[in-house]
Amino acid sequence: MATTVLTPTATRARSGLYDWLTTTDHKKIGILYLGSSFIFFLVGGVLALAVRAELAQPGLQFMGEAAYNQFFTMHASVMLFLFVIPMLAGFGNYVVPLMIGAPDMAFPRINALSFWLLPLAGTIMMLGFVLGGSAAEGWTSYSPLANAKYSPGVGTDLWIVGLILIGTSSILGGINFLVTIFKMRAPGMTMFRLPILAWTVLVTSVLVILGTPVLTSALIMLFIDRNYGGSFFDPAGGGNAVLWQNVFWFYSHPAVYIMVLPAMGIVSEIIPVFSRKPLFGYKAFVFATATIGALGFSVWAHHMFTTGSVYLPFFSFMTFLIAVPTGVKMFNWIATMWKGSIQFSAAMLFALGFLTMFLIGGLNGAFSASVPVDFAIHDTYWIVAHIHYVLFGGSVFAIFGGLFYWFPKMFGVKLNETLGKIQFVVMFVGFNMTFFPMHELGLMGMPRRIADYSPMAGWNDLNLVATIGGFLIAASVLPFLWNVFISLRGGERVGDDPWEGNTLEWATTSPPPPYNFDRLPEIRSERPVFDQRHRLAGRATGH
Amino acid sequence: MTANADVLVPVVDRGESLEELVHAAEEHTRGGISNPVLGMILFIASEVMFFAGLFAAYFNIRSNAPVWPPLGNVEFNLRGHVLLPAILTLMLVTSSVTCQIGIWAIRRGDRKGLMRAFVVTIVLGILFLSGQAYDYTTLGFGINDGPFGSTFYTLTGFHGAHVFAGVLMLGVVLYRGMAGQFSARHHDAVEAASLYWHFVDVVWICLFTLLYILG
Ligand code: HEM
Ligand SMILES: [Cu+2]
Repeated sequence: MATTVLTPTATRARSGLYDWLTTTDHKKIGILYLGSSFIFFLVGGVLALAVRAELAQPGLQFMGEAAYNQFFTMHASVMLFLFVIPMLAGFGNYVVPLMIGAPDMAFPRINALSFWLLPLAGTIMMLGFVLGGSAAEGWTSYSPLANAKYSPGVGTDLWIVGLILIGTSSILGGINFLVTIFKMRAPGMTMFRLPILAWTVLVTSVLVILGTPVLTSALIMLFIDRNYGGSFFDPAGGGNAVLWQNVFWFYSHPAVYIMVLPAMGIVSEIIPVFSRKPLFGYKAFVFATATIGALGFSVWAHHMFTTGSVYLPFFSFMTFLIAVPTGVKMFNWIATMWKGSIQFSAAMLFALGFLTMFLIGGLNGAFSASVPVDFAIHDTYWIVAHIHYVLFGGSVFAIFGGLFYWFPKMFGVKLNETLGKIQFVVMFVGFNMTFFPMHELGLMGMPRRIADYSPMAGWNDLNLVATIGGFLIAASVLPFLWNVFISLRGGERVGDDPWEGNTLEWATTSPPPPYNFDRLPEIRSERPVFDQRHRLAGRATGH
Repeated sequence: MTANADVLVPVVDRGESLEELVHAAEEHTRGGISNPVLGMILFIASEVMFFAGLFAAYFNIRSNAPVWPPLGNVEFNLRGHVLLPAILTLMLVTSSVTCQIGIWAIRRGDRKGLMRAFVVTIVLGILFLSGQAYDYTTLGFGINDGPFGSTFYTLTGFHGAHVFAGVLMLGVVLYRGMAGQFSARHHDAVEAASLYWHFVDVVWICLFTLLYILG
């Protein structure tokens, strides 16, 4: 029986694979999330390289159009649903309970279920590749293109089922985060002393709980259309094609905040620590986060300006409005660094990468928010540039920042800083080489989601540059993999608090014990560990 | 003063399993709603949004149709088919009442009362499901009969699936109750399951009104 093999905690924590497979410890689950999401990042990256390779020159060199469609569809689906969203959930899982002084998530077993749904869903989604072709109508799966008539084959059905499972995982995770944050905070940890990352995870969880089920309903209707002769979205059968777009974007616009708010949270933890200053305007930041979340539900139809069936001024205005709280945050970050003693660690570099690139992503987004401009650039490579500036320049840079920042907490060893800086520079250059030219391509009229283009269109050079940039990005991941490998084997052992952090996770050991804390510092502000260090330091000199 | 600078977390014995620790910590969580009940409320919020998606589709399609119910199939006129669904509605509403009676019982510490009430609730739930399944066989249209068929079967079908899930949930609660796991102080799971059951009931009242009364 299981209980007969119980051994003291220390050895039990090391008892190998079985332990990882059955764990309900939020820290291990967090690491599982991060690891599995990273694997999907590599998968999505390989698909991106295939896409970029094909686009390097006009003509079809490496694949047919059918394969290309599968690759770009699965690239986006994997990156969004199996990489960015779960990766950020992984940070939330690992860090948030520690930050608020809780021993675990509120529902540890449901937490494990949320995680294990993901590899299952990912496998189901990918199964299409070996069962006669994956989904190929784009991650947006617009109807009637996605109907059984135009997208026959089991790939799209597998995609739907996989996505419903991922959504279920997100919803269960969101509930878990909210109950944890509302109910499991340590004594003294009031809501307005919550670290910003916890706040962003909170707002994200609200978005997940209110948005994701709507996607589930849309997917179910699509499944019924495809398999049981339903006519929700097929105009030929009396359905409404724009209905799909409405329900889909009702989720998928808030989803972009699901993909970026926790990234903003990560950056908001990193910047104060490496500027040696408290975050500027804590409350303004909290309210800006909540405002973004709320406004996020009122702008979905900016994806549908060109359908002619949405009220343009309203959705355009609301979209511009979101720039206000976002601008507040930008201001907060910059003011935090202002006159700080900035330390350019790898984590900080990635945070700065986030700041600058996300700014571009916000600015080129504002162009699309303007209806007349959007009419011109809709469905062109401008949009591809935009999504990558926010998702890669934003979320992915923040994710790497977070990995460098919390790695010492997770494993007791630091990642190598030099390798980290090399990775940052190569990735930053590669990223801009890949995606900056796409603005120009978009303005020249190159449509997104095409495998081939005319050699006379004048798009050749920029596409070649973008492809070279794409391979540079891929190259920048190699030093990271090597870095993780050598660091885990024998990286620099650092203490419990190598960065002189502010938040509670730095008050426990690295890695923390299964129950997280032997003792908690007194919590009098949103920077309890800073307060503690300060007071102790004062006492030491006083003696 | 300096010695008190650290606040001890609830005393922790390293031999305890994480589950026990979490449970211990739960006892120390903030007052008010318990974790399972809060979790269930949030889950219900997500379920509301799920049905909101389906209802939105229904209204959208309905408002785009020239006439509703669409012409061409007299069976679409559900107002003439209201008897059995009305009886089923009555059953489900009654089951909500019996469910609540069970809650009141366990709040007083009356386990027998809880069991009795939940058995009745579960039986009513199963009767509802069987009745709905039977009703499906008597309808003269299918899910593939245009937007009317697809919306009707999707809405009622997914509601039925939720009733099924509710019956399972109540069954688990009943099973745990028979094992003597609940008391006047500890019955969060019972409260959570009953909230879900009430929610499922409310959805059905909306559906019944919409599909059979307003037609
Ligand atoms: C090596 C890095 C990457 C490269 C080279 C790359 C390349 C591309 C290309 C060329 C497209 C356009 C495909 C087409 O429209 O035919 C695309 C689309 C897309 N990518 Fe990436 N990508 C990369 C990373 C990412 C990441 C990290 C994310 C998300 C976090 C992402 C999300 C998307 C999305 C959402 C689309 C939209 C696909 C569509 O139009 O349906 N990509 N990517
Ligand atoms: Cu949007």
